[in-house]
Amino acid sequence: MPALTLYEKIWNAHVVREVPGQPSLIYIDRHLIHEGTSPQAFAGLKAAGRKVRRPELTFAVMDHSVSTKNRELPVLDADAAGQFEALAKNCRESGVRLFDMHSRNQGIVHIIGPELGITQPGFTIVCGDSHTSTHGAMGALAFGIGTSEIEHVLATQCLSQFKSKTTRIEVKGKLGAGLASKDIILAIIGKLGIAGGNGHVFEYTGDAIRALSMEARMTICNMSIEAGARAGMVAPDEVTFAYLEGKPFVPRGKDFQRLVEHWKTLPSDPGAKFDETVELDAAKLAPQVTWGTNPGMVTDVTARVPDPGSFANDVDRQAAERALVYMDLKAGTPITDIYLDRVFIGSCTNSRLEDLRTAAKAVAGKHVAKSLKQALVVPGSRRVKTQAEAEGLDKIFRDAGFEWRDAGCSMCIGMNDDVLQPHERCASTSNRNFEGRQGKDGRTHLVSPLMAAAAAIEGHFVDVRHWRNGTGN
Amino acid sequence: MKPFTKHTGLVAPMDRVNVDTDQMVPKQFLKFLTREGYGRVLFYDWRYLPGEKPNPDFVLNQPRYKGASVLLARANFGCGSSREHAPWGIGDYGFRAIIAPSYADIFYNNCFKNGILPLTLPDKDIDELFARTEKSEGYTLTVDLETQTVADGKGFERSFEIDPFRKRCLLKGLDDIGLTLEHQPDISAYEKKGLPIPEMVDAVDIKFYSPQN
Repeated sequence: MPALTLYEKIWNAHVVREVPGQPSLIYIDRHLIHEGTSPQAFAGLKAAGRKVRRPELTFAVMDHSVSTKNRELPVLDADAAGQFEALAKNCRESGVRLFDMHSRNQGIVHIIGPELGITQPGFTIVCGDSHTSTHGAMGALAFGIGTSEIEHVLATQCLSQFKSKTTRIEVKGKLGAGLASKDIILAIIGKLGIAGGNGHVFEYTGDAIRALSMEARMTICNMSIEAGARAGMVAPDEVTFAYLEGKPFVPRGKDFQRLVEHWKTLPSDPGAKFDETVELDAAKLAPQVTWGTNPGMVTDVTARVPDPGSFANDVDRQAAERALVYMDLKAGTPITDIYLDRVFIGSCTNSRLEDLRTAAKAVAGKHVAKSLKQALVVPGSRRVKTQAEAEGLDKIFRDAGFEWRDAGCSMCIGMNDDVLQPHERCASTSNRNFEGRQGKDGRTHLVSPLMAAAAAIEGHFVDVRHWRNGTGN
Repeated sequence: MKPFTKHTGLVAPMDRVNVDTDQMVPKQFLKFLTREGYGRVLFYDWRYLPGEKPNPDFVLNQPRYKGASVLLARANFGCGSSREHAPWGIGDYGFRAIIAPSYADIFYNNCFKNGILPLTLPDKDIDELFARTEKSEGYTLTVDLETQTVADGKGFERSFEIDPFRKRCLLKGLDDIGLTLEHQPDISAYEKKGLPIPEMVDAVDIKFYSPQN
């Protein structure tokens, strides 16, 4: 038996049809859909007189356009209302399970998949959203697809795919105090560049990854796409099994034990071949802050805004020049001298319970800087929200001057009314700092939840390792 | 799907690396329920000033590029979000082919589903095409998918690589769902055989799930 990677094992187990020189037909175990990219797929299906092949393997949720304020009020945005109605109708007609905006299980699609146990090791999972890579943290092969592919999966429960190349990203060492998995992935993207993973699936390995909780692993896999990799994966281990046990959609008792035995066969075999290997030392990392208009434009909090002239090639230099104009930053400015208008803690990258606990601990008993227009906490799901409230985190945030909201994508993409105004600057725990991402002409700096929380209190970025004796107190 | 065989058209240059799909079709236009009509909003934030006045500085607003149908672009074109609204916008605007040194994976896939040919040339050829486009107003290129060549009839002629399967689908405008449905017996056989553990392929286990709202 040849030594196989995690990716190859999952791939091989899902090949429905393989013909040399053609993409393979791959079976899809779980299909997640939301209101943003699915209506056209259902319309296409209907126009062709086709049916959803396995509605019970498809899960729908409203997340992109939902209000994070009061959901009992009518939806005033007519276009968003149209999306919600279309999704509800499509699910009703096809028999797809829907978590609508009033469901207690509602939340960002990449938060609820894992927390409900829809996501499991060894699965193939797709969703019309590039951050589907999140689910790979469970040892699944999960990636984002376009609307035509959504339609294809609805009709056939399969996808035509060419096999990807594989990159092993080994993160060694021990992450220092005040650092988070967000810092690891931002550093990886900084190192590889935002196209470094094109055509590849990442598998994250090494002591630093093994030491992370499931939620922290999800943050890393979530941003694989920001390095160009469609999927990122972490081999399942005891941490994974413990996380999954008892989740609503995970079998229990003997069935669970059988599954665990199977899951244990999934990790890459010793000696399995990867097309590329990248190494990173977690112990050497400083908290990361993006300064530009893509996630690869990132540096240490102790550094300064880079001089475009310092880039080796013309392309990077021009991109940096344009980014600094857009971001209204001067080369040489210390990162800690960057002042903020808003702080956003949320998104499929960093809105899980651990993220909120970390941020709440840092802001407890303090107050957001007067210079700030808004500090927003948006839990990733209603389950996260409920649990956070049970722990009193909502009160800590509110007392500190944060707004505490209902679950959704919110200011990560700004499809509801949580948006930056032109030229406002935001510290955000989300995943993309593209031009206009959080609002037209808005300026985004990507950071970890702890970095965002500290920035909210001080009004500018601080090195959380030395902030108030490194404890936040 | 509209087939792509051979196309001659005016070239428009988009001289930026890492053009992401958020720029092609910004978020506020992701709420429509159709696949049509995104040409008007393509590159919205770059293309329009407040009040939807065309921004004269934006390249596609320059009169010389009006009616362009071949988009010349830089590396990692189409990175970011998986939104198919991006190629819908590109196609609806009138572009039939894109020429760039590289593309992001999801966008690249999405183009083929919409009858748009994203072809790849090495950086030095792309540089030369930018120079030629800049130099001569009304610069056109002919993209021939059958022969896998791109040429301007004035000394620039290159061949390009493309996966044979994708080429065939695009040449014939094949409906790939229809193609897959021809293999229904294979799919059914796979479903019967199942994954290594029956629990994995069974319908989702809902024994412990209660949808109390």
